Amino acid sequence: MPPRWCKDAPIPISDAQVDDLRRIVLRTINKNQVLILTHIPRVPASITSILREISRKYQIPLSTLKRNAQILRDLNLIRYGEAPKFSGVEITELGQFISNLTTGEEPSLLGNMVKTRSGFVPFGSVTKTLRKRVLRMIAEAGSGHLGASLSAIDVLAILYFMKMRHDPSDPDWPERDRLVLSKGHAAPALYAVLAEAGYFPVESLSTLRRMGGMLPGHPEIRTPGIDASTGSLGQGLSIAVGMALAAKMDEASYRVYALLGDGELNEGQIWEAAATAAHHRLDNLTVIVDRNGYQLTGRTEDVKAPGSIVDKFRAFGWEVLDTDGHNPASILDALERCDMAPGGPSAVIARTTKGKGVSFMEGNQFSRKTPNARELERALSELT
Amino acid sequence: MMKLKMQASQVESFGKALLSIGLERDDLVVLDPDVSDSTKTAYFAERFPERFISVGISEQDMIGIAAGLAASGKTPVACGFAMFTSGRAWEQVANSVARSNLNVKVVGTHGGLSPSADGASHQAFGDVALMRVLPNMKVVVPADAPEAEEAIRTLVEWYGPSYLRLGRGSSPVVYDYGCEFTLGKATVLREGSDATIMANGIMVSMALITADKLVVEGIDAGVVDVHTVKPLDEASVDRAATETGAIVVAEEHSVIGGLGSAVAEFLAESRPTPVVRVGIRDRFGDSSRSYEDLLRKYGLTPDDIVEAVRASMGLRDRER
Repeated sequence: MPPRWCKDAPIPISDAQVDDLRRIVLRTINKNQVLILTHIPRVPASITSILREISRKYQIPLSTLKRNAQILRDLNLIRYGEAPKFSGVEITELGQFISNLTTGEEPSLLGNMVKTRSGFVPFGSVTKTLRKRVLRMIAEAGSGHLGASLSAIDVLAILYFMKMRHDPSDPDWPERDRLVLSKGHAAPALYAVLAEAGYFPVESLSTLRRMGGMLPGHPEIRTPGIDASTGSLGQGLSIAVGMALAAKMDEASYRVYALLGDGELNEGQIWEAAATAAHHRLDNLTVIVDRNGYQLTGRTEDVKAPGSIVDKFRAFGWEVLDTDGHNPASILDALERCDMAPGGPSAVIARTTKGKGVSFMEGNQFSRKTPNARELERALSELT
Repeated sequence: MMKLKMQASQVESFGKALLSIGLERDDLVVLDPDVSDSTKTAYFAERFPERFISVGISEQDMIGIAAGLAASGKTPVACGFAMFTSGRAWEQVANSVARSNLNVKVVGTHGGLSPSADGASHQAFGDVALMRVLPNMKVVVPADAPEAEEAIRTLVEWYGPSYLRLGRGSSPVVYDYGCEFTLGKATVLREGSDATIMANGIMVSMALITADKLVVEGIDAGVVDVHTVKPLDEASVDRAATETGAIVVAEEHSVIGGLGSAVAEFLAESRPTPVVRVGIRDRFGDSSRSYEDLLRKYGLTPDDIVEAVRASMGLRDRER
C-alpha cells in the first residue's frame, strides 16, 4: 500500500522506490532533524519553545537542536523568522513531504548506503560481512580476541564508514581524523574495517598473526591505516591526547578518537590521561568505551567493579554520553553530539555485548576460545 | 682524595640549549611532569608557553602524549627525573615510543647519585641499562655541561627515539662550550699506551684526574669519553683493546647493564680483553648532604679508578 503522501500523486511510485528515497532522506538528515520536523505542531508556535520541549523530552542539548533547526531552515524544510522580527515556525510543503517519509520510523542506519572498496553498499550488509571476516580471520590464525572484536565492530564501522574524515588512498593525509585502538586486542575488527574501506586488500586478512606479515596480533603503526601502535592496555588514550594537542597547536581541524575497553579502565594511566585531556580542554578528542562487561578472567563487576563509568568520566570533567553500542543510529548520534561538546573532551560509553552477532557467543566467555570448524560454520550461518 | 671542582650544571646548560633550539625550530615541544624548575625546562616554558605541556605528576601519561605528538609531526622532548622517565615510564617508552620508532627525546635528569640528599628513591643507577635494552633507542650520557648542550642539539637533529641522561647540580667541566660532539663516536681525550679508561658522565673528569695520578706511578693511561652508550663506538673500543689490552670502564651507574656491560659484551664476542668496571656494585643509594661523600661511599673516585687500572693491567699481564 502506498504511503499517504503519494495517494493522489500523478506519477506512480513503487514501494521499493519509497524505500530508496527513505534511505536517501535518512542519510541526508540526521535524527535530531527528524525529531524537529516531526514535532512542529499544526498551530503556530515559537521555534525556541518547540526546541526546548524536544531538548527536555529527549535529553538533547538545546544548542545542538538550534544548529539543526538552522540547517532545516536552510534546506527550506521549515520556515521561521529571526528575532526581533519573529514569527511562528511552520513546516514547508517539502518539509511535510520529508516528515511523512520518515514518520513512525526509528531512524536505523542499516539501510544507508556507505562507500566501501566495492562501491556503495547498505551499512547493514557491511557489518555482517565484517563479522564474518573477523570470525574467519581468528579461526584461521588459531588465536585472537574474538569476543572483544565482535563487540567493537559496530562502533568501528560507524567511525570509518560514516563519521571519520579519512582517505584510504592516502593513509598519512595530515588532515585525517585519527583513531587510536587503545584496546589493541580488537585488532582483527579494525583490520577487517580497514580492508573493507580500502586500505589494503581483503585477501591480506588471512595473514593475521602470521610472522613477517602486515597484520600482527596487536596494531603496529606500519600497517596502512593504523594511527598508533597499541596492545599494551592503558597507553592509547595518552597517545590520543598527544595527537589532539598537536592538532590544537597546528590549528588543524581533525578529530582524534580513542577506543577503550571497559576492562582497560583498570589501568591507572587512563585516568592520568583523562585528567590531562580535561585540563587542556581537548574538545577535539572523543573516547569510546566498549562496555561489553567482560575482561579476560571474568565479568568486570567481579574482577574489579568499575562503579559508574559515566560518573567517573564526568567527575574528570568530560562530557559523557551513554548509548547502545550496537545501534548504528545511536552511535552516530552520540558521536555527532560529541562534535559539539562545549570546550572539553567527550566520552561515549557504548553498551555492547561480547561476541555480538553470534548467538552462542553473546554475553558469555565462549568468545575467548578460538572457534573450531563446526563452530565457525554455525557462526557464519547466523550471519547470512 | 682530591677535591673535584664543581663548576657548571648540566641541567642549566641543557635548559638554555632547549630555549635556543626552540627559537630555531617550531616543531620542538617540551613536556614536563611538574619538575620544570629542577630540570630547567622552565626557561623554555617561559618563552614558549604554547609549546610547553605541563602534564602534572604523571610520567607514563607524559611519554604517551609525547608519542602522540611525534606521530603528528612534532619533536617532543619529555624531560623528568631519570628514575621516573626511564623507570616508571619504561614500558611506555618501549611500547608507545621505541616500538614505533617515534621521534621522542626522553631526558632523565638527576641521574646517578646526583640527587644526593634525596636518597635512594630518586637515585637512578639502572636507567642506562633500561634504555639501552630497547631497540631503536640511542643513549647518551654527556661528560659535562658543555657536552650536555651539544648532546641535546645533536639528538634533536637526529630522527628517532633517544635517551639523554644528565646529572643534577654542578659538576666538573672537561670541555669548552661549542665542543665537538658526534653521536656514536667516542672522544679520545688522552692517548695512553698502558691502559685505557673509558668513561662517561661525571666519571670522565675523574678519569682525567686518574690519568694524571698514574703518571707518578709510571703508568701511561689513555682516557676516552664514551658519551654515546648506544650505538656503541665499537671501532674506538676495538682500538683500545688492540693498543693497550687493559680496559677500565667507569660510570655513575650500576656495573650491571651500563657502559661497562656494553664494552664487555662487545669485546667478549670480538676481541676478548680484560675489562674492569668501576660503577655501583648492585646496591641501592643513600641520602647524603654531600655528593662527594656519596661518590666515595659507592666507589666512584679517581682512587677507585686507579685500583681498577692496576687490576686490568694485572689481568692482561697474567694472560700473556
